[in-house]
Amino acid sequence: MPPEILMPALSPTMEEGKLAKWHVKVGDRVNSGDVIAEIETDKATMEVEAVDEGVVSNILVPEGTEGVKVNTAIATLAGDDEPKPKSGGNGASAAPPAPTPLPKATPAPAKAEAKSPASASAPAAPPPAPLAADPAIPAGTEVHTITVREALREAMAEEMRRDPNVFLMGEEVAQYQGAYKISQGLLEEFGPKRVIDTPITEQGFAGLGVGAAFGGLRPIVEFMTFNFAMQAIDQIVNSAAKTLYMSGGQMGCPIVFRGPNGAAARVAAQHSQNYASWYAHVPGLKVVAPYFAADAKGLLKAAIRDPNPVIFLENEICYGRSFEVPKLDDYVVPLGKARVVREGTDVTLVSFSITMGIIIQAAEALEAAGISAELIDLRSLRPLDIATVVESVKKTNRVVVVEEGWPVCGISSEVATQVMEQAFDYLDAPVARVTGKDVPMPYAANLEKLALPSLDEVVAAAKAVCYRN
Amino acid sequence: MAKAASAPRANGTPAAKPSKQELLGYYRTMLLIRRFEEKAGQLYGMGLIGGFCHLYIGQEAVVVGVQAALSEGDKVITAYRDHGHMLSTGMDPAGVMAELTGRSGGYSKGKGGSMHMFSREKNFFGGHGIVGAQVPIGTGLAFANLYRGTDRVCTTYFGDGAANQGQVYESFNMAELWKLPVIYVIENNQYAMGTSVERSSAETHLFKRGSSFNIPGEQVDGMDVLAVKAAADKAVKWCREGNGPIILEMKTYRYRGHSMSDPAKYRTREEVDQYREKRDPIDHLRATLVERKLATEEELKELDKEIRGIVNHAAEFAQTSPEPDPAELWTEVVH
Repeated sequence: MPPEILMPALSPTMEEGKLAKWHVKVGDRVNSGDVIAEIETDKATMEVEAVDEGVVSNILVPEGTEGVKVNTAIATLAGDDEPKPKSGGNGASAAPPAPTPLPKATPAPAKAEAKSPASASAPAAPPPAPLAADPAIPAGTEVHTITVREALREAMAEEMRRDPNVFLMGEEVAQYQGAYKISQGLLEEFGPKRVIDTPITEQGFAGLGVGAAFGGLRPIVEFMTFNFAMQAIDQIVNSAAKTLYMSGGQMGCPIVFRGPNGAAARVAAQHSQNYASWYAHVPGLKVVAPYFAADAKGLLKAAIRDPNPVIFLENEICYGRSFEVPKLDDYVVPLGKARVVREGTDVTLVSFSITMGIIIQAAEALEAAGISAELIDLRSLRPLDIATVVESVKKTNRVVVVEEGWPVCGISSEVATQVMEQAFDYLDAPVARVTGKDVPMPYAANLEKLALPSLDEVVAAAKAVCYRN
Repeated sequence: MAKAASAPRANGTPAAKPSKQELLGYYRTMLLIRRFEEKAGQLYGMGLIGGFCHLYIGQEAVVVGVQAALSEGDKVITAYRDHGHMLSTGMDPAGVMAELTGRSGGYSKGKGGSMHMFSREKNFFGGHGIVGAQVPIGTGLAFANLYRGTDRVCTTYFGDGAANQGQVYESFNMAELWKLPVIYVIENNQYAMGTSVERSSAETHLFKRGSSFNIPGEQVDGMDVLAVKAAADKAVKWCREGNGPIILEMKTYRYRGHSMSDPAKYRTREEVDQYREKRDPIDHLRATLVERKLATEEELKELDKEIRGIVNHAAEFAQTSPEPDPAELWTEVVH
């Protein structure tokens, strides 16, 4: 069997991509290190290099093909028909090992490999559940389907057009077009004064952003991921969050700190932490963690306009997911409001961010088992809209809280406590939690899967609070 | 005055010699700070001021000289030894003292305390309690000035202790990279709490700390208000002309402990006396005023009396202003 060249993954989260260009044709001889093709995702273009020598015998996937799955064979190499270097063996040199192309990033990421951004090439969203329409959107509003990434970009672009004091700064936000391409095109539209590449210096530029906000500007500070914001957390908590109070109301810090939060895929413990409860703990901050693209857009616009420091937690894996977004000139979603995204009668499932995808799937599985689940997307974590949860619990009498973060002192702990305080008499079962496991994120694929909340765990917890097996 | 070897210098005309009026103004503000701080120490001893209280006694020439070089719209930020900075920006001594006593008439309504006071009106941006954290913030205030297209500067004060914080160097890098109009004033009072500069710093000439970022630096006699003013004039000009940041290392000395609870056992009585008796910035300027016949002993006594009156009024206000209403606990957490 001739050696195959496989579609490479450019990042841990890439599932498919476009074969943009072949640099070789059938019959061409390739040497290791030759650039043989270019592949694209919605985030990046990369060159594919040959690893081994040989002659291209077949192009299996023509250039321009979209949606080529990772690990699909895209070409084959024939055995070398040129004279082999003399070898001391029996003359028949062994067939070259199956070449595994190495993706080469162009341009190379500026950060260390460990910080190298992973890209989601639009992984499919979970199958749609029959979700309730957002009552905040007028019936009959025209919608379009865009990715969360595009929704975030639209929000920033619209706010930057509206207010000249809004600017974006962070690592790779300008010339590189964003480590995750959230800021793609913004440098071109708004110029280097307002879209600013920073050095890798989180504490410094977070503090600089706070000062700019004190000085009357409206900074959007992008962290490449919130894992790196731990370098800056003193500025976020001590300088941004507390100053309004410490100044007796004189000062304010209108700033948005945003970026992906939580686990991506296979990036292990230091790059996979969920900070939702860390920031939600702090008076003086507002904390937002949307799931749907419409919320990503509307909440980010609200966050940029808010006079307080807002922590805007995104999720890398969700960037490429597509959802409907209303086509409105100025779609703003108020901070601090949860949303019932699916009505049900038997159990309330509460979540936010990426784990919304799990509870949506769980609702379908539970429906099949005859359990009607009501789904609540918290959307904002501080202030926490517990009233919406309590109202739902009064109806269903059972609640499961699902989050990706660690269980101890987590968002789900807080929701459970407040439900106990405010709706104790309505509960027919103890509040159940499904969370990330209480361990640093492991690297091994199987262990990583075990560390994260799963559909099965959510379904089991929902059945348990309904006393169903 | 020493200069960093690589330091380019602003080459403007030297500032005009301060007028009689200006000299009297410096004297007056330095004296106000001294008497205010002495009174604060007294109120602390009486249990009327709580927590941490860091007195500025001995360092008055630094802030008064720098402030004299600033104009309307320039911004000021510092750390927690901040009473002198507030008084020199023209903030009301009664409001500052009432904040020290935690009363509703204080600048932060009693919710900030000694280390956390602000005045938007006077462009004073705090008052920050975390060593070094004000440095990126001050750099950001300068960024905002530049973004708005003004030529206003931000004077960002920090101590010899903060000069070893990483975020100071992150700030230096961005400030020079983006040519931000920020004057970094290092108040080198020679002790980071109880640790001397020699025991904490591999490079004790702190004005050189910007050299690897190409930021010019200059060492200044921080006990001499006129030397400070002259250096600050040049620094302001440097920034206004768009040359980016500049560092002024003010060699100064605090007479009191790091905070009220510090017995200052890490230095000798002789060392302190040396400064108090021979280098005192207020005595020094007073002698100059008399020597140059710019003020008579009687006039200076009259001024001293006036200052004592202001400080006594501030102390009185700080004790009679009511404590904040309990409802204030819950206000101004978020807008």
